[in-house]
Amino acid sequence: MASKTINITLKIWRQKNANAKGSMETYKLDNVSTDSSFLEMLDQLNEQLINERQEPIAFDHDCREGICGMCSLYINGEAHGPDRAVTTCQLHMRKFKDGETIYIEPWRAKAFPVIKDLVVDRSAFDRIQQAGGFVSVNTSGRTMDANAIPIAKVDADKAFEAATCIGCGACVATCKNSSAMLFVSAKVSQMALLPQGKVEATQRVLNMVKQMDEEGFGNCTNTGACEVECPKEISLENIARMNREYMKASLKS
Amino acid sequence: MSNSTLLKSSIAKKIAMALSGLFLISFLSLHFFINLMSVFSADVFNSMSHFMGYNPVIQFLMQPILIVGVIFHFVMGFVLEIKNRNARTVAYVKFNGAANSSWASRNMIISGLVVLAFLGLHMYDFWAHEVVYKYVDAKAIDTTRYYSELVAKFESPVRTVLYSLAFVLLALHLWHGFNSSFQSVGFNNKYSKKLHKLGYAFAIIVPVGFIFIALFHHFNN
Repeated sequence: MASKTINITLKIWRQKNANAKGSMETYKLDNVSTDSSFLEMLDQLNEQLINERQEPIAFDHDCREGICGMCSLYINGEAHGPDRAVTTCQLHMRKFKDGETIYIEPWRAKAFPVIKDLVVDRSAFDRIQQAGGFVSVNTSGRTMDANAIPIAKVDADKAFEAATCIGCGACVATCKNSSAMLFVSAKVSQMALLPQGKVEATQRVLNMVKQMDEEGFGNCTNTGACEVECPKEISLENIARMNREYMKASLKS
Repeated sequence: MSNSTLLKSSIAKKIAMALSGLFLISFLSLHFFINLMSVFSADVFNSMSHFMGYNPVIQFLMQPILIVGVIFHFVMGFVLEIKNRNARTVAYVKFNGAANSSWASRNMIISGLVVLAFLGLHMYDFWAHEVVYKYVDAKAIDTTRYYSELVAKFESPVRTVLYSLAFVLLALHLWHGFNSSFQSVGFNNKYSKKLHKLGYAFAIIVPVGFIFIALFHHFNN
């Protein structure tokens, strides 16, 4: 079946480097296959720009199959675009109309500064993880097999669902407050639910929340936008769990 | 964790905001119940109002707690709003908030400010009047004055409209605030769906009820 093509206008944030002042620039792109992914459309635009001897647009991408968490982009006012439960690399041009104007902006948050064009620095998430998003394991050679510990199916499932967070930052980007609580709560929950994670649970939640606050993310006001825009459909239930864990930990420590 | 660190924490602020909100919701329910009595019986309304106005526990313990609760809730609301605005220094050119969240949830500061402005008028109308009556003019106790004072306030169409408009914004504030408070204190489980329905019902019934009471006295007297 022959694929349909559309002609589109793109309004894209261009910024030379972290210190430069950026602005929205307009580009016309013709003959975009509706079967192409959003990133393939940007590849096509970059080829066009290179042929015209212009600077191509910088944007993050890696696996292009929705699992690495590298791609971002705020498309037409929504994180990862208008589709649900997909990353930008899984978004297809069939979601857009012929002649449409598409706005593409980087994630906007003080804690995610722009490096260039559409690329932002998400290392704040790494520092939150380093503050406690792990289980310390004694590697003396007598480490117990994790599968030897019986875990209730319901807890295993909830921990797995929380662990599907790919750390893309859509929750922060879409939140009107630039809050990182959905991300942090997913990382806290996936371990708080499992026996291996319970040992360090008190310090984990306190340290991760402390780091989150230090990074300059905003405060959650429960609008629920993060849950809707999350490509992995991480539930708000995790934020409630993090709040409970935090209260417990504060009383204990 | 030291107390100072706890107070600075985003989650502690969020929980404090939720608890003060739930406290104000419980007060609002009581206030609504007493006001509703004015529709059915002037005598019942008078006796309840007199009890609230002269009982020392309510006057000198509950009332100061309520005032502190109100002040805490709105001051913390401003603090969080400023912090949240600072967390995004460059705004999006295109932001489609309606695609993923309700207007009420995104604009608590607007509905809150309208309710706060209304509280100013309300305190001037009733609370300031009470203070002057009891402590400045030191007038004699009159257990039957409350109903006529209430009705007199709603004679003015301007005041009745202002009150009604404020209650619409209160409804929007509660539409998000009621359920948001429970989420903030960590309540999100199999009962949450039922609780959400209760929250939405409360957010409509109570403000609409207050509007009904205002209109009832405006047109009935």
